[in-house]
Amino acid sequence: MINLTINGQQHELDVPDDMPLLWAIRDVVGMKGTKFGCGISQCGACTVHLDGVATRSCVTPVSAAKGEITTIEAMADDPVGQKVQQAWLDLGVAQCGYCQGGQIMNATALLKKTPAPDTQEIVDAMAGNLCRCGTYNRILAAIERAADKETSS
Amino acid sequence: MSQSDDTLLLANVSRRGLLKGLAGGSALLLAARWDLGLANEQAQFGAGAMPGGWVDDPNVFIHIDSDGLVTIVNNRAEMGQGIRTSLVLVAADELGADWDQVRVEQAQGNQDKYGNQNTDGSRSMRHWYDPMRRAAAAARLMLEQAAANQWDVPVHEVRAGIHKVVHQPSGKELGFGELAKAARELEVPGRNDLVLKSDSELRFIGKESGLINGELKSAYPKAIDGEDIVTGKAIFGADIDLENTLYAVVARPPVYGAKVKSVDDSEALKVFGVKKIIRIEGTGQPAAFSPLGGVAVVATNTWAAMEGRKALKIEWDNGPAGDNADYTSETYREALEKAAQSPGKVVRQSGDVESALEEASTRVSATYYMPHMAQTPMEPPVAVVRVKDGKAEAWAPVQNPRATREGIAGILEMDLENVTLHQTLLGGGFGRKSKPDFVTEAARLAKEFEGQPIKLQWSREDDIHHAYFHAVSVDHLEAGLDGEGKATSWRHRTLSPSIGSLFAPDPKHKGEFELGMGFNTMPFSIPAIRLENPPAPAHVRIGWFRSVYNLPHAWAIQSFAHEMAVAAGKDHRDYVLDLLGPGREVHNLTVGDGWNYGEDPDLYPIDVARMRRVIERATEEAGWGRETGKGRGLGLAFHHSFVSYTAIVFDVEVDEEGELTIHRADIAFDCGPQANPERIRSQMEGACVMGIGIALQSEVTFKDGVAQQDNFDSYLIPRVPDAPKVVRVHLIDNPDDAMGGAGEPGLPPVAPALCNAIYAATGKRIRRLPVGNQLS
Repeated sequence: MINLTINGQQHELDVPDDMPLLWAIRDVVGMKGTKFGCGISQCGACTVHLDGVATRSCVTPVSAAKGEITTIEAMADDPVGQKVQQAWLDLGVAQCGYCQGGQIMNATALLKKTPAPDTQEIVDAMAGNLCRCGTYNRILAAIERAADKETSS
Repeated sequence: MSQSDDTLLLANVSRRGLLKGLAGGSALLLAARWDLGLANEQAQFGAGAMPGGWVDDPNVFIHIDSDGLVTIVNNRAEMGQGIRTSLVLVAADELGADWDQVRVEQAQGNQDKYGNQNTDGSRSMRHWYDPMRRAAAAARLMLEQAAANQWDVPVHEVRAGIHKVVHQPSGKELGFGELAKAARELEVPGRNDLVLKSDSELRFIGKESGLINGELKSAYPKAIDGEDIVTGKAIFGADIDLENTLYAVVARPPVYGAKVKSVDDSEALKVFGVKKIIRIEGTGQPAAFSPLGGVAVVATNTWAAMEGRKALKIEWDNGPAGDNADYTSETYREALEKAAQSPGKVVRQSGDVESALEEASTRVSATYYMPHMAQTPMEPPVAVVRVKDGKAEAWAPVQNPRATREGIAGILEMDLENVTLHQTLLGGGFGRKSKPDFVTEAARLAKEFEGQPIKLQWSREDDIHHAYFHAVSVDHLEAGLDGEGKATSWRHRTLSPSIGSLFAPDPKHKGEFELGMGFNTMPFSIPAIRLENPPAPAHVRIGWFRSVYNLPHAWAIQSFAHEMAVAAGKDHRDYVLDLLGPGREVHNLTVGDGWNYGEDPDLYPIDVARMRRVIERATEEAGWGRETGKGRGLGLAFHHSFVSYTAIVFDVEVDEEGELTIHRADIAFDCGPQANPERIRSQMEGACVMGIGIALQSEVTFKDGVAQQDNFDSYLIPRVPDAPKVVRVHLIDNPDDAMGGAGEPGLPPVAPALCNAIYAATGKRIRRLPVGNQLS
């Protein structure tokens, strides 16, 4: 049995140790906000937070997911996540939207660690998240908008 | 339907003239606008000529609850173009609905009820803008009539406001919700009784919202799916969650047309969670939208199915694949380049090209290559199908619901009416999800599990190995210039496998719709022109990729026009404006194109003045001609596609190590009237980024018939650092022409503009895509 803590809730799952966290979240727990895009940590659609750190759930075995797992479904309850989501809406970032949960998870992790990143830091932090619709310019602008420059400078 | 069709009388009146008079908003002019009164069966062009045609019955598209909630049905696939917002805002605006009281319902796949639903060809808005406005105007009239009846006053005294109807003399009001029931029982007014709102009464249509070149405009109308997307609640095909679902993946033959020779599934069956192994017969070639065959692993979760597949031992029989098993990209490219040296089937000719080339002061010649590419929407193909009691129900992210239902009905041998299709959001489409092979596969598996839903998931490797590939292409051009550098002759040979090979024995030549995508419609004014199409066989599934054959045609023509300008020693912009010649309307038939994106040539000529205008706008905005310094330069390209006009200028820098920086993109776009400018901008921005990938990175190669790229570590698509530092979209204000497409026209000029900019910065000419490491 594997025990996972997802968005503060305990889940006991009968799955093999090496099952990636992504599939445990999606197929076993049944939460669909975390997406499958590549399965090899190349696209970032599956990004969750593991103890606050942006983590690719598609290559993280459930046995290694010891700690607090946070998914896109909980971002509206997170003050930073909320700001990021609002910036995404303000700027109309999403096109198809499939990758955007992962983008928001990654951006939120960045801003929690670095509240006022410079442009290069944002670009570097987001380089691992693919968007085939090509919304990158708006993603960067939205992170700038969500960044709390005044309080941290 | 109860609408009258008494508008036929107007068919002989100048259609463009009437269209241009639309702003007046009179009923007569409006009646002329909607498909010229031609019923769907009679229409030759436009929405009416599509299978299923258009529908404008308000009872099909608009429902109002007694509490005032307005439900608008969207019949087009949402794949990121924003149609669920844009088309719905058209109806909501015409109706007078309060945006906060509007919800959207996605139509099931049913073209008999909803009209054509094939979301492809950048057609959604240009084919559905008018029907949706009419449906909403009819609904509004019905609400007004219901209010007049209730107050017992003449209908001309009442007028719909925002989500309410007002009796103007008395000031009495009734909400839409209060009138809904009575309105629903009224007869739908005839089309000639409808008066659409004037432009000054519109709140959403044509209004800028969102972020424009750094400035944030109105937040309304908010994107329909925006909040669901940012909170993880949006339901894509992959997210359908039905009780008792089984999960499947399929091992498909690596070579197109190959079959399973033998399979040893003993290890696979031992994998925890694996339930069943099923062999699927492929349909061979041409595959159309049918499954490729192979071996399916069905399990209790996706991971178990994938692990089970890894444990299969399959021997493939390449015999049925024929020479597809010898398909190797490098050899194929060389063969096409050789074939490009000999004349091909002539598709357009004027003047004597050979003599003109002989007599030219300068001859310019070049050969361009664009590789296979895979669409790779971020959501790989996925579908859920349940078969029960002789009926099938499917949930899938598909662009073409009708073809999807037909595919399911075909493989399950049931009647179309027994197949229900729920269309989910698409996690990207780009043409991949126009082909419902993955849904048919799921249906084939679901047949074995009566009553139990099967979710078939494609991995990214599956998606890249078994794409419907963008056609590889070689384009060979030759031009003759006179002593002043002016073009006297132009010969273009284009070679690509045809999408026709997907549906019939390989025609080895491009079809009319393929040539019509920017090849024979080349708009330059040159005395001697010959366009040829030598043969090119297909060895893999070839299919639509966003912008389709416009990509290689624009890539070759726009690169070559720049090479001609360089050879002539002229400024690129001045040179191409001269090549285009004065503003004029070119009828597509006069340039050997019988297709014209399915549109009426009178309404949609190739308008050289509009082409000139986007070039002028993009170059002005980019500061064309300015001093850029060493290692930096501006590059231009433009293209007409999907009856819209795009020009783009890149400002790039290449350092001594060959590192490319894209400082800025200035994109000018003219699609005629704009329903939702904000989503048009987003399409241009996204196309710009995707086009950068086409230029720099994306390539699928084959060796012995097998795709050599597996995932995003080897099939490269743009990442954040590849995007231009600044993208500026300049929309041409042009309400007078007929509406064009927006989803695809932004893409074709991107790669040539970028490579022209690289030339301006470095003097290095790129003729083979992707650029890859050619700059280092």
